[in-house]
Amino acid sequence: MTNATDNGTAPAPLLDRSDERVKHRQGINGSIQAFWDRVRSGDLGSLPVIVGLVIIWTVFQTLNPVFLAPNNLVNLLFDCSTVGIISLGIVCILMVGEIDLSVGSVSGFASAIVGVLWVNQGWPVGFAILTAMFFGAVIGLLYATLFNKFGMPSFVSTLAGLLAVLGLQLYLLGSTGSINLPYGSKLVDFGQTMIMPDIVAYALAAIAGLSIFVTGYRTAARRKQAGLSSPSLSGLAFKAIAITVLLEVIALYINRGDRGIPWMFGLFVGLAMAMNYALTRTQWGRMMHAVGGNREAARRAGINVRFIYTTAFVLCSVFAATGGVLAASRLASASQQAGTGDVNLNAIAAAVIGGTSLFGGRGSAYSALLGIIVIQSIASGLTLLDLSSSLRYMITGAVLAIAVIVDSLARRSRMSHGRA
Amino acid sequence: MTDIQQGRTRDVVLSLRGVSKNFGAVSALTNIDLDVHAGEVVALVGDNGAGKSTLVKILAGVHQPSSGTIKFRGDTVTLSDPSAALGLGIATVFQDLALCENLDVVANIFLGKEMNPWRLDEVSMEIKAWKLLNELSARIPSVREPIASLSGGQRQTVAIARSLLLDPKLIMLDEPTAALGVAQTAEVLDLIERVRDRGLGVIMISHNMEDVRAVADRIVVLRLGKNNGIFDPDASNQELVSAITGADNNSVSRRASRRGAQREQSSEMRP
Repeated sequence: MTNATDNGTAPAPLLDRSDERVKHRQGINGSIQAFWDRVRSGDLGSLPVIVGLVIIWTVFQTLNPVFLAPNNLVNLLFDCSTVGIISLGIVCILMVGEIDLSVGSVSGFASAIVGVLWVNQGWPVGFAILTAMFFGAVIGLLYATLFNKFGMPSFVSTLAGLLAVLGLQLYLLGSTGSINLPYGSKLVDFGQTMIMPDIVAYALAAIAGLSIFVTGYRTAARRKQAGLSSPSLSGLAFKAIAITVLLEVIALYINRGDRGIPWMFGLFVGLAMAMNYALTRTQWGRMMHAVGGNREAARRAGINVRFIYTTAFVLCSVFAATGGVLAASRLASASQQAGTGDVNLNAIAAAVIGGTSLFGGRGSAYSALLGIIVIQSIASGLTLLDLSSSLRYMITGAVLAIAVIVDSLARRSRMSHGRA
Repeated sequence: MTDIQQGRTRDVVLSLRGVSKNFGAVSALTNIDLDVHAGEVVALVGDNGAGKSTLVKILAGVHQPSSGTIKFRGDTVTLSDPSAALGLGIATVFQDLALCENLDVVANIFLGKEMNPWRLDEVSMEIKAWKLLNELSARIPSVREPIASLSGGQRQTVAIARSLLLDPKLIMLDEPTAALGVAQTAEVLDLIERVRDRGLGVIMISHNMEDVRAVADRIVVLRLGKNNGIFDPDASNQELVSAITGADNNSVSRRASRRGAQREQSSEMRP
């Protein structure tokens, strides 16, 4: 790879490339080499989860050829969306180095609110959903107050919340224990049948690649104009084309079945992208990283640390409530079982498996997306094999343990390579 | 207190009167008086536990004083939290630097003061970061590496660059040269002089008397949380050390006289 702009005139040293001690790599080969160096020093990113996913899919596909059939994948995507949205909230709270153990209960509570207000009380469905999200926010605010004012560890306050909110859910549902949501309503359709038209799926996949290229190109142009090093155009184009092709192939494969890509999954991916933007490109996201990395340093930099914690707790609970509403629409019912069992741990496991650190300050919204696909793949594969839920719990537990071990080891390696 | 700076009638940037700080039963600071003028470097010296860092933390808004008044540019102020101090124009380089190791250099320099909060302007921030670092003749390999990958001296430079970002009126440096090499120490001392010449007040804490003498206009000695004298930079080492340790007969002077005696002995033995 040669840099075409350097020919002819003597190249002035770029502002960020004047130090000759630092190796800078160019072009596609350079990107691959840099990626490999990063991985070796323990900055794994989403590599372990992608490797894990390939292994899991290969194993289940050889055991049962239905596993990767388009129809099963569509179900997988539906199931991913509900817990995945809860997991987005977990990413937020892990980012500041805290935890919320009550997301399952909050999601069940939210589904109960929707059931009672919409079906029993006859409220408009939109209002019922907004009320559920509002109560989610109230619960998050309560945790934040306990944390900020009384210094109550989030581990304890949310464990208490797990029980208390579950109690609220049971109280709301009353003696009947379960409220069926009407089939044929918009909400249940959204959770069970609404599929993107093929053309929309292809268009969205194309827009993703295009926007990567356009934003990358504009940033590169600005950097070049400002006298900073800029990524090579060929590398950028390669990346954009690779992503577009990958997404189009997935869309094409899934659309080959009777159905297609669920709108609910579209909503989940949209929320993940919005969260990713908020965490990486806004001041708030920068502050979240700072508070998770070094709370005292963030405070001394003039950051309102309490406000940041409050936003993290509130967002987490609101995402949990949203996920609960979608889970109710997926099951067409608001029941006493909603949000219990493994919902809590699946949501937390998804974020951690996807690469968000339990130690705070590291993570990405996409880790919820990748992690929940791993968890649901295991669940779906084991269901297809007709294995009991006892085995399912054991295997999911083992995968979570492996993910945390990888996280801890990678953290140690990052420290010894100076990349904490 | 005698003002050593006769002739120089400059604005008082910062003025402390009777500032005390108790941590439970321990009084870390008792009735501290301190004045810093614009365009002046005040060195704050004292032994370990003299209360230097506590004083800096009070002025940075990290701790609140138990009693006493703080006047900044003529107005009595309360520094309730770090952002209040930053907002007034008091910038601090802490001894532990207070950097976020998981963030890169640019993010650390602009922490809490990012350009364009809803769509971070990374390019402008990176340019400004390089400008600040180049002003300090910093040798930072890349501003896009996390702080964890930098050496102690490089981190120090980042922390200093960060304090200059907001054009402060008063800048406090807690042990700014402790982690630095020879050349970089000189750079930092140059920098302190440059900052002073821009009309800023500077408070510098250091254990290194050579550095203190090189840049300070006044040397304020703290001992056991109390004022223990104000000195000219050309005060003798003996004077300073006895003010710092509180006695003419102290371990430093004993060592000096012992060494002197040995030297005399050895020169006597030589024919």
